[in-house]
Amino acid sequence: MSRIGVFVCHCGENIGRTVDGARVAEELGTLPGVAHSVDYKYMCSDPGQALIKQAITDKRLTGVVVAACSPHMHEKTFRRAAAGAGLNPFLCEMANIREHCSWIHEDREAATEKAIDLGRLIVEKVKRNVPLETIRIPVERRALVIGGGIAGIQAALDIADGGAEVILVEKEPSIGGHMSQLSETFPTLDCSQCILTPRMVEVYQHPRIKLMAYSEVDSVEGYIGNFRVRIRQKARSVDETKCNGCGACQKACIVKNVPSEFDAGLGKRTAMYVPFPQAVPNIPVIDRDRCAYFKGKARGMKKDACGKCKEACSRGAVDFTQEDRFVTEKVGAIVVATGFDLYSVGKEQSSPGVKGYGEYGYGTIPDVIDGLQFERLASASGPTAGKILRPSDGKEPKRIVFLQCVGSRDPAKGIDYCSKVCCMYVAKHTMLYRHKVHDGEATVFYMDVRAAGKGYEEFTRRAVEEDGAVYVRGRVSRIWREGDVVKVLGFDTLNGTPVAIDADMVVLATAIKPRKGIETLAQTLSVSYDRYGFINEAHPKLRPVETNTAGVFVAGACQAPRDIPDSVAMASATAAKILGLFSNEMLEREPTVARVDAALCAGCFHCERVCPYGAVEHKEIRDRKGRLLKVVADVNPGVCQGCGTCQATCPSKSVELMGFTDEQIYAEVNALAL
Amino acid sequence: MRVGYYPGCSLHGTAREFDESLRAVAGPLGLELVEVDDWSCCGATSAHATNHLLSVALPARNLALAAEQGHDQVLAPCAACYNRLASARHAVASDAALAAQIPDLIGRPFPNSVTARNVVEVLREQLGTLRKKTVRPLAGLKIACYYGCLLVRPSEVCTFDDPEAPVSMEEVVAATGATAVAWNRRLDCCGGGFSLSRTGSVVRLSREILDDARAAGADAIVVACPMCHSNLDFRQGALVRRGEAELPVLFLSELVGLALGLDARTLGLERHFVSTKGFVERAMAEKPAPAPKQPPAVKPAAAPAPASAQKEAV
Repeated sequence: MSRIGVFVCHCGENIGRTVDGARVAEELGTLPGVAHSVDYKYMCSDPGQALIKQAITDKRLTGVVVAACSPHMHEKTFRRAAAGAGLNPFLCEMANIREHCSWIHEDREAATEKAIDLGRLIVEKVKRNVPLETIRIPVERRALVIGGGIAGIQAALDIADGGAEVILVEKEPSIGGHMSQLSETFPTLDCSQCILTPRMVEVYQHPRIKLMAYSEVDSVEGYIGNFRVRIRQKARSVDETKCNGCGACQKACIVKNVPSEFDAGLGKRTAMYVPFPQAVPNIPVIDRDRCAYFKGKARGMKKDACGKCKEACSRGAVDFTQEDRFVTEKVGAIVVATGFDLYSVGKEQSSPGVKGYGEYGYGTIPDVIDGLQFERLASASGPTAGKILRPSDGKEPKRIVFLQCVGSRDPAKGIDYCSKVCCMYVAKHTMLYRHKVHDGEATVFYMDVRAAGKGYEEFTRRAVEEDGAVYVRGRVSRIWREGDVVKVLGFDTLNGTPVAIDADMVVLATAIKPRKGIETLAQTLSVSYDRYGFINEAHPKLRPVETNTAGVFVAGACQAPRDIPDSVAMASATAAKILGLFSNEMLEREPTVARVDAALCAGCFHCERVCPYGAVEHKEIRDRKGRLLKVVADVNPGVCQGCGTCQATCPSKSVELMGFTDEQIYAEVNALAL
Repeated sequence: MRVGYYPGCSLHGTAREFDESLRAVAGPLGLELVEVDDWSCCGATSAHATNHLLSVALPARNLALAAEQGHDQVLAPCAACYNRLASARHAVASDAALAAQIPDLIGRPFPNSVTARNVVEVLREQLGTLRKKTVRPLAGLKIACYYGCLLVRPSEVCTFDDPEAPVSMEEVVAATGATAVAWNRRLDCCGGGFSLSRTGSVVRLSREILDDARAAGADAIVVACPMCHSNLDFRQGALVRRGEAELPVLFLSELVGLALGLDARTLGLERHFVSTKGFVERAMAEKPAPAPKQPPAVKPAAAPAPASAQKEAV
């Protein structure tokens, strides 16, 4: 005979407001097999848990039902409490009377009835629960970091310094990310490259970091502690082992007019290129879409259209025949740090639902540029060697208008969120501009100035008070060109007057969006993302760097708009989490996995076909003489995620999901029907 | 293709040439315009400014009539009519309480099944036919496409093109062989209905538009709205009298008609206040492959006969 204990939680007012906890406890106490039933204000609190432990010992309970919040919230808490009192934790279950009941209903009477129903069916389930043992699996003590921007670099260095091996995968030919493109950084105006490049070199030279630049994650299998990652190393067309980075091939390259990605289109590069002189690794890549040799081959030319780089290379490193290679690595944890893209102001948008600003003339007026382009103009390594010169005619602009919130906070454009960094970098831009062009006028159109961060408010005030930036609160409705003047028509909402400015250049602080293709990567990793494509953290406050897939962590601007300090902090947090994970010999996993009854299994392998995780294997059943009787399905408990698809599919009912057996589920349904 | 035709008051009055040119080009482009029987006011300006319910009910009545007469789309050449019809559809679709009132008000069911179309939208759908039927490519003529405010806005109502960076009119102009110039005031306000009450403002706004088109090198402005046409063409008279240069203002359908080989009279091009003669002559001129025409040719063509061409009025 079962001796079930029922514990009804009021969750303060959360449940208590609409559900009569005392009555629920009383009603459930009358059920056959229930030996104990009480209610309490906060069951998850220390005295609440003590109540459960005490009852388990005193009343010799064989099962526990906690009618409270979602199991997502506190199942672990209560199972730990049950285990503390000597009960197998899997004999403790939760009835969700908060999210499924009190929060969504108003009628107290009906809600209380429903809470009793929900409690009753979990009681029926727990009567049929069996003790389960935690599964223990080994941990591969290596981490994969996806993305070589500042977040990825920081995570890789911290993990490697902590003693674990790291594989750092970067899509572009060099690590460094957006931070390497920046001129100075707020709020200290220290040089971005000066603080970043030493870290890049450190990554390259670290004995425990394996850098795979110009590579992408192709597929991921497995689970926490035991991921198998297939990585595509894109063909550089240059043998990394032979190249010494002398640069002769780039000088020889005849295609010199490719818009430089690093200079945000303001400068040119060759088809054989390293993105920037401080690149790590300093090994060039052939852009095959632009290279004369490859374009010639694509057109079916028999003769080689070019080959100057190959001729120029003294070490024979240029290899036109190189192809993409695939390598498979085993890792125990993964950090997603793929960073951001800038929202495109023009008509062409990479994601559906996002609209551009046709009225700002971006893309048609050369002197209307975005924030990243201004960074390149202001950067000593940029196309103008740090002189602020406008793109159209190379003249020094005497009046620059900066527009904040271009895309950001504009639901009409499909981006509701604040991009966080723009207020700060626009203030920085006005300062950089005024430091370089003393008689220049900087006007900023803003909605709000959001400067929450250490030293941030002081920084934006400095832009106004010391460097004379003029802030106009309002939006710009139109930008057009008359002669060499860029006309800006806006509205000053504090004065209530229209403002027309004849500018020499306009800088748009465009919204931050997740990197293009993030959805595909997220699906590969089975992590969820929001409607903009930002990776979802497991809990917005308490688990900010974990994802909903165990063993996959997130850092930097791929999770939300982030500045450098935030990205670095997140990256170090992922490193701490991963090093903590790697400190275990074995990992414990929930035993709620599928199990096959070999006696019943007919070997149809429907389960194998439907399993999303590839957990179903073939097992041979032999008699004592070793003769093969049949081949049946078998579930690898390390891979199984307990989704139950196989159980639902099995025609002979020979697969059971532990903790969710047919018997248990039917008992719940019957309890509801009676 | 059979299309319900809702001319509205303008096309029977000040913008007769819009009506004439549209009917003239419809045939060659494979459009059969069937005028909606018993149509009434679309509710623009007065109803729109004074009574919201009326401003929805009036266009709803016309759309309901079109539905009864078997149409699934109605062409409203006037931008204000188009805007009212489309806005009413949008208002009814997004407000169930409003939708419930309409049938009683208009004395008939309102299925909201007929789409409202404008000239630019309809002509753009016929680009292939237009290219094929163009017998007189308007090569060498530079056109400033003027959208005004009502054709592409508000964006949730007028969804056929981008509200801030539209391209549809330029596509139609390109199909006639003419060149659409890039200019700044394509979407600015012409003064609209203030033509009589605040003439000074309208003249000032119109002049900014005309000056910008001229600065962009346009030989003519093309519009798809009777109100814009009236402000840019009629009010330009005042500027011309002060000695400013003329810039012909054509309806899009007139330009298309010229490319289709129709004559100026059929298209109503003689009804304009600002002479279209020089422009028409250039359009009609046989153009051998290399275009020998010099850009300054615009001025002498416009200069000789400013008075004689301004015959027709309301």
